[in-house]
Amino acid sequence: MSIIAAGTPAPEFTLKREDGDDFTREDLVGQTTVFVFYPFAFSPVCTDQLQIYEEALDDLKAQGATLYGVSTDPSYSQIAFKDKLGITIEQLSDFEPKGDTAKKFGAYFEPRGMTNRALVIVGPDGVVRWSHLADSPGDLPGVNLIFDGLTAVPA
Amino acid sequence: MTELRSAPVPPLREDDHVRGPDDGPPTFFYGDFACPRCAVEALRLREQGARVVFRHFALKAKHERAVPLALAVEAAARQGRFWAFHDALYEDQGRIDDPHLWARCERLGLDLDRFEADRRDPALAERVRRDVRDALRAGATTTPALFGGS
Repeated sequence: MSIIAAGTPAPEFTLKREDGDDFTREDLVGQTTVFVFYPFAFSPVCTDQLQIYEEALDDLKAQGATLYGVSTDPSYSQIAFKDKLGITIEQLSDFEPKGDTAKKFGAYFEPRGMTNRALVIVGPDGVVRWSHLADSPGDLPGVNLIFDGLTAVPA
Repeated sequence: MTELRSAPVPPLREDDHVRGPDDGPPTFFYGDFACPRCAVEALRLREQGARVVFRHFALKAKHERAVPLALAVEAAARQGRFWAFHDALYEDQGRIDDPHLWARCERLGLDLDRFEADRRDPALAERVRRDVRDALRAGATTTPALFGGS
């Protein structure tokens, strides 16, 4: 499965926000969105990843970017994970149909039935501007990759 | 704000905390004083007599004491006791609350009133943020994050 390429309009998709509302393609319009696809809540690498990314939130916000964590965990698990980590990154659930959004973005790891470790930046026009798929789900991409990816979003 | 792009860790600065022999490339140690792995690595480097530059990678989501401890060490640095305080924290990770810091101040001969005032100085908080941002720009993904060195 290939990660969605820069220049591709974001597909139609539905994720669940923490409050149970839908997060869809329409929510991308007017903001720069960074999707952080990660395999599992409470797993070690995902823990490090989100805690480190949390440190960059202010700088990312200053660039006009909003970060979301996306996994196939149900919202209840994601919220518990977020609370345990002491982070504020909003979580979006791809639980049912399982991994449907991740599959549309090319960010699903079929061999283990989980979200892959991937980053996708969507511009305010709803077009994917940058994407990154880790060589392995166990690899942790530095947040500097997001910094550089944001330069691909037209001002 | 510094430009938000990837960048190598900055070269040695005037205000860096450095110890070890003057010759040879330094190891830039981005660490967190609430991190046990950092303690092990820092004490190992001390044992080796390595040339080390300490910079902060204090992750507030990792440990609620990470940033307060970073500020405490910087406050000690203003009284010329950075490395003494650094070692005192890493040698005893079980005592990192404020009363334990005050006890260290007393043991190391620090002026406690000055320490208390200095660790609330926004300039120190900015220094810690600067170091953390540098580590993020360099792609650090763990604590401690080591760059350079031999």
